[in-house]
Amino acid sequence: MIQTDQEERAAGPLVREIQTTDTHPHDAVVASDLVKAFGGGSQRIFRRAKPAKKDQVLAVDHVSMRIARNEIYGVLGANGSGKSTLIRLLSTLLLPDSGTVGIFGYDVVRDERIVKRMLNRVSVEASFFKKLSPFENLMYATRLYGLTGASARQEIPVALGRLGIAPDRMHRPLEQMSRGMQQKVAIARAFLTAPVFLLLDEPTTGLDPRSKVDVQEFVLQLRREHDATVLLTTHDMAEADALCDRIAILDRGRVVVEGTPEELKAKAASHDTPEPTMEDAFMVFTGRSLEEAEQEEEPAAR
Amino acid sequence: MAVFNPPGIAREVRASYAFVERNMNLVKRYWGWEIAFFLYTISSSLSVIYIGEAQDPERRGELVLTLGIGTLVWAYLRSVFDSISEMITWERWEGTIEYTFMAPISRLTHMLGTALFSIVYGILRTAALFVALALFVDLDLSRANFVAALVVTLVGSLSFLGIGIMASILPLWFTERGAEMTFMISAILLLISGVYYPISVLPDWLEPLARLSPATYFLDGIRRTVISGQGLAQLGDVLLPLLVMGVLSIPLGVWVFLRVETYAKRTGRLKRNG
Repeated sequence: MIQTDQEERAAGPLVREIQTTDTHPHDAVVASDLVKAFGGGSQRIFRRAKPAKKDQVLAVDHVSMRIARNEIYGVLGANGSGKSTLIRLLSTLLLPDSGTVGIFGYDVVRDERIVKRMLNRVSVEASFFKKLSPFENLMYATRLYGLTGASARQEIPVALGRLGIAPDRMHRPLEQMSRGMQQKVAIARAFLTAPVFLLLDEPTTGLDPRSKVDVQEFVLQLRREHDATVLLTTHDMAEADALCDRIAILDRGRVVVEGTPEELKAKAASHDTPEPTMEDAFMVFTGRSLEEAEQEEEPAAR
Repeated sequence: MAVFNPPGIAREVRASYAFVERNMNLVKRYWGWEIAFFLYTISSSLSVIYIGEAQDPERRGELVLTLGIGTLVWAYLRSVFDSISEMITWERWEGTIEYTFMAPISRLTHMLGTALFSIVYGILRTAALFVALALFVDLDLSRANFVAALVVTLVGSLSFLGIGIMASILPLWFTERGAEMTFMISAILLLISGVYYPISVLPDWLEPLARLSPATYFLDGIRRTVISGQGLAQLGDVLLPLLVMGVLSIPLGVWVFLRVETYAKRTGRLKRNG
């Protein structure tokens, strides 16, 4: 049933072309020349003001990318490299200054409502009403995505149970749960709305090793069982290497390189490092280690 | 597994109920705060009503009722106004705002769900407040026309929803102190609307402003139905302005909100914590 529903949702839009982008039938996401800057000059509400360029912080700088259906696409970068801004642009939470994003053929700005039905997101913060229980939080979330109360009451315990959350924990306030458990509830929230495009913004940051593995397994399961396309941002190079079909490295808002993990490592290989890790590859393409990149001052807006 | 495509209206109604249910759950979970705030409301209401009790015996009854209605109506309007205007503040504080704004629902649905909760919650809370106040003072309701009072309440609520929606843009617009700015709006409404005194005591230049406040008509309507027992046929001069203000202020509020939402998405203000 889920397959039929997914196919209906994902296949329908494929026949439609975005006017500004060249969409291939196998593309889930096409971003073209995407630019987003923050700050600089006045921003008026009722009229779009052009900010002064000298004061701007360019968070996403002419980024283009294609993500194929059912692909897990990784975006690596330090804090402030523009990963979260990119995710917000793809998830309709930010408007691009220029460029376009198409998701299954629909433009994220023009066709916002349709795009919203296709995606969900798991961010580094679990983002819940902390006094409410996992069950109450998920009832709220699933109703917003069109589930009936009866379906939600049936499916929520199943989804939480698959992530190892016992029935007696489902009705206690979320604030009494560990961060790892809260993150699992966030994964369940995304799973219950059955997105065809899932945005994972550092979902395993700060988790203990066991929870990290659980979340990673769940991502693979979501892709395998529900034909989901996944965009994953992470600081964890090993995680990206293990999970992602292709990876883009983002540095100061720009994609500096893109390819499969093997391609990136092969490109980064040198006489001194014939078999580089993904961390080595990151250093080669950005000119610094992840730690060094993160030590640089970063704008809060990113 | 999740079925995603109910008819549009059914989806929106379901989504609207999501806000009602969520807010009811929040009230349940924050019961300590609810009790504390309720005790505060009782205390502040009584401290106003006892001003009436201190008057001459011949004036006392009507003044107590006038002030009692003022405190009850103001408690109700504050409750409706706060529920709506805090819809952004609360989500910012909890960190859920991006998830709510990412959901595939119209903003009108978001607001109607919040509004529906605010009216039901406001009526229940005000009824409980009335019972509590009646334990302390004698409120003479022998002439009250309760049906007409309920109609005035429902019609009057519409206009306050519109003002609440407009106030809710402040936390979206001013991420740091926007929530506090909504207090300014309710304070001005309290000053000019004749909650505890007739608007005739206001300076000449403030009186026209009182005529623009829906709370002025709301209070007038409730006092006339409860104290004098007037029926709907005699309340045209109250119901018509309230209806016009509601019909104008709700779409205007939604329009302004959508403009500010676009602005917030352009400038990255949705995610900031204030």
